[in-house]
Amino acid sequence: MATQLKPETAEDISALIQPGRVHRRVYSDPAIFDLEMARIFDRTWIYVGHESQVKAPGEFVTTRIGRRPMVMVRHADGEIRVLHNQCAHRGTMVVSTDAGHAEEFVCCYHGWTYGTDGKLIRVPLQHGYPAHFNPEDPNTAMVAASRVDSYRGFVFASLSPDGPSLTDFLGYMTTSFDDMADRAPDGEIEVAGGVFKHAFDGNWKLYLENLCDAAHPLFVHQSSIDAAVEQDDGAHTDGAGEIGVRQMRQNGAPYKFWMEQVGIWTYPNGHSFLGDYHDDEKLVAAKRDPVFADYIKAMETAKGAEETQRIMEVTRWNSNVYPNLSFMSQFRQLRVVHPVSVNRTEVYTYSFRLKGAPDKMFEDTIAFANVTNGTGSLVLTDDLETYGRIGTGLQSAGAEWIEVGRGYDSDVPGDHGGRAGRDSTSEVYIRNMYDAWLGLMTEA
Amino acid sequence: MATIVEATGPTLASPEIEAFLLHEARLLDERRWDEWLSMFSDDGWYWVPIEEGQADPRHTVSLMYDDRQLLETRVRRLMQGKLHTQAPPSRTSRIVANATVEKDAGAPLLVRSKFQMIEYRRNRQRHFAGTCWHALKPGGAAGYRICWKKVELADCDSMMDGLTVPF
Repeated sequence: MATQLKPETAEDISALIQPGRVHRRVYSDPAIFDLEMARIFDRTWIYVGHESQVKAPGEFVTTRIGRRPMVMVRHADGEIRVLHNQCAHRGTMVVSTDAGHAEEFVCCYHGWTYGTDGKLIRVPLQHGYPAHFNPEDPNTAMVAASRVDSYRGFVFASLSPDGPSLTDFLGYMTTSFDDMADRAPDGEIEVAGGVFKHAFDGNWKLYLENLCDAAHPLFVHQSSIDAAVEQDDGAHTDGAGEIGVRQMRQNGAPYKFWMEQVGIWTYPNGHSFLGDYHDDEKLVAAKRDPVFADYIKAMETAKGAEETQRIMEVTRWNSNVYPNLSFMSQFRQLRVVHPVSVNRTEVYTYSFRLKGAPDKMFEDTIAFANVTNGTGSLVLTDDLETYGRIGTGLQSAGAEWIEVGRGYDSDVPGDHGGRAGRDSTSEVYIRNMYDAWLGLMTEA
Repeated sequence: MATIVEATGPTLASPEIEAFLLHEARLLDERRWDEWLSMFSDDGWYWVPIEEGQADPRHTVSLMYDDRQLLETRVRRLMQGKLHTQAPPSRTSRIVANATVEKDAGAPLLVRSKFQMIEYRRNRQRHFAGTCWHALKPGGAAGYRICWKKVELADCDSMMDGLTVPF
């Protein structure tokens, strides 16, 4: 085994990435993980939540930036603030519930009290502190993230005061958020229907690296594909099972289909999206199955036939926003990946409701989530097993390098400043994430 | 024993119902998935909510929610040789207790019980506990058939690694 490199210099880090391959230490070395937290998660734009989770002043949800616990809250002025969930006194976690409503945040230890903008507004026994103690000091607060911005209701925060604007950072990926939001007849989407929280013993990067991987379903998900293909459609269903079974059958699309019908597109800053692979008339609104008729009618009433057709013709599957967000408009799913340690990762999965769409579509969203993205689902569980086996495998130096070269010689320039795979099975989107990784990790 | 239960409250489950619950736990521990499936009625459903007091499996996600069609697919997947999450398989050990029949439930019979389950797989052991609700009607080889089963896990809304084995 080669001598361990110290990952302190740009040269050390650059040596870990080669054309079409990545050194295994990028997934297994705690020192590199610590550096990722400082240089990626403390620096770039990180998704922290959706505006619909904090509709009224005082409403809050707890979230994370990297390993840091944060609170996203709507302040009395109507603006959303993202605060470190930490008391300026002894460092106690101030907000202890996932979500709620608060006029102010009170620390359970000595009663230090903060406004929903994070400012310290009350300190019991204040006369006892030395002269340098200043409750007006912005650091004597639940410190606010340096920058908060949102696009179409999706809220991001950055702990760095400098860097590109959110829209510059997202670039052409704004069109994927448009695709999510445009599908609501009333023009609004909202987080609804609960959240899945699942974890695995593997590195955080594995998750997004799988979500645009068109070559894995036929193998990883074979057990659910086969079980669904053999399912008797005459068995009783209340609608949920039918959606689930149809979805699992779609995962069995042959390699030829993935290579000829589905594309993969990448964009600067590590972002990418995979083309949709669905053709089941009960799963694709654009197919105009009778159950979607009311939806299409509501869309056409609100937006006109031409605009509705334009929206329905956008056919994207997962959109990955580097470093840790993935979402998908067809079933209104959004996943946020939280690194815990070099070999432990937690993921929160949310569903969205399209306001003005028939209730049945939201029921289908829930049915899809349960079968595909849920902690006890028939599909995701095989992905989690795979991440765990990678996490175990990469502890060994038997193979020093990870191969991410599929499609390397056949990638083509894409539209809007990006690159595309010649077909959807290209690993171009992983190489694209490593371009972003290298840029952030080697930037002083 | 039965006399100490409040007159208006639930009654202790009969030996036949207890035997039914123990039989089900045994089938699950022994990975006799298709026999477990056959305990459900033809329109039976199985539900593991993700929220405490969750009212509805259709408008909020669940750890597992299977109508009969999906339950059949889940069971067929559990019996697949290519099921990565069960290579090697989990070994489980279940204790079922505190079985009562809820008095005001009418037909079908509503049975409440407590369970604890250890799941061991590949050097890792997990502990689950919670309340089970079985809606039963007479029939089938085991004396009853399950119209629906709801499993309320104590840690339903916690951060979890993947769940493959039904409760």
